[in-house]
Amino acid sequence: MRYIQEYRDADAVRRVLDEIHRITTRPWVLMEICGGQTHSIIRYGIDQLLPDQIELVHGPGCPVCVTPLELIDMAIAIASRPDVIFTSFGDMLRVPGSKKDLLQVKAEGGDVRVVYSPLDCLKIAKENTDREIVFFGVGFETTAPANAMAIYQAHRQGIGNFSMLVSHVRVPPAIEALLSSPQNRVQAFLTAGHVCTVMGYWEYEPLAERFGVPMVVTGFEPLDIVRGILMAVRQLEDGRAEVENAYPRVVTREGNTQAQALIKQVFTDCDRKWRGIGPIPNSGWCLRPEYAEYDAALKFDVGDLEVTESPLCKAGLVLQGRLKPDECPAFGKECTPRHPLGAPMVSSEGACAAYYQFGRYSK
Amino acid sequence: MCLGIPAKIVEIYDEGGLKMAKVDFGGVYRETCLAYVPEAEVGDYVMVHVGFAINVIDEQAARESLETLLEAGLIDEKTADHLMPD
Ligand code: SF4
Repeated sequence: MRYIQEYRDADAVRRVLDEIHRITTRPWVLMEICGGQTHSIIRYGIDQLLPDQIELVHGPGCPVCVTPLELIDMAIAIASRPDVIFTSFGDMLRVPGSKKDLLQVKAEGGDVRVVYSPLDCLKIAKENTDREIVFFGVGFETTAPANAMAIYQAHRQGIGNFSMLVSHVRVPPAIEALLSSPQNRVQAFLTAGHVCTVMGYWEYEPLAERFGVPMVVTGFEPLDIVRGILMAVRQLEDGRAEVENAYPRVVTREGNTQAQALIKQVFTDCDRKWRGIGPIPNSGWCLRPEYAEYDAALKFDVGDLEVTESPLCKAGLVLQGRLKPDECPAFGKECTPRHPLGAPMVSSEGACAAYYQFGRYSK
Repeated sequence: MCLGIPAKIVEIYDEGGLKMAKVDFGGVYRETCLAYVPEAEVGDYVMVHVGFAINVIDEQAARESLETLLEAGLIDEKTADHLMPD
């Protein structure tokens, strides 16, 4: 497939890695924000091919992992109602709530369906006018254009039996929170290529300048990733802290302005709690008051929910890059993809799942 | 969820006022919404996320960035030819 195969060319990747080895003179800590990149890095063993001085820490960019437990429990409560068809991206079904997951709701007779696109929910709504269709609207800036369009179209077409449980999160406030933490060790960021496809990378320029930290927009294939690392290390070695684009075939500085316009029309900034990490000011998107009738959290009264995390799970530390998944005592023992204790073991973007899937059992 | 996949547009049509397309993910065909890439044409490659094209892949930028690698000696001519087929 065009634009995939050529960026997996082993010879090209090796040469870029050689160049990283050649220019590295000191220890550096880099964070890849996006869980999709974490999976590529672990799958291709890129972290093991880097000079010993370069440490890659895995960031919080796993939407499934950071969706707050309260919302997972709320989703489970809504999905259990007989009048509801609950729809979601597949990844969310196995995320552990306080007592069970959405897959269990389905096994118990709940109508839980995986959709490919949020627009599918509108079709389901039109075919089932006697039921309430609820979509679990999670994700970073990448899924926001799709979710915003579903709301906008439901409104335009007057579809009243559709609503969304919204849990959108944004990358720049998370980077700011990480860099403001006294425990921060990260010296450069590989920023998430597809978040930037939508939003552009102008939002990162004030952050790079204020914290003196290089940020390189990076793609997902091996050649894209080593290129992003090379550009970041070069900046660190030169003492520069700029925003650079290692993914120009897909990302522009201004991003997709039409998508941004619809996101702005439907969503507004709000504070958001990140699972395992805690509240981050202004780090989320919620529905604007004009679209309140599509807010599932307002439409369904689920009463008071008591939430409890597994005491063994160290996902918060993993998501902040302070613990490697295989350093969690439960990793591969009490916690496996079949019996996950935390979301990072479930998601196709979770760091724990990446370590497990690609056989990183020992340190 | 954030892993976009490149796909080639094979057919464009209108559905309820939305610009939609049939796209080819290397042999697997799916429906994708083109509302955010109104300039996209049949034959273009787009980056697809959860049923939406979020950008048209810039062939020119792809070539230029590979040429930078070539000039820096990070890839050789043979690899470049392989990376930039005409
Ligand atoms: S290995 Fe399991 S228990 Fe440990 S942090 Fe990851 S998800 Fe949580």
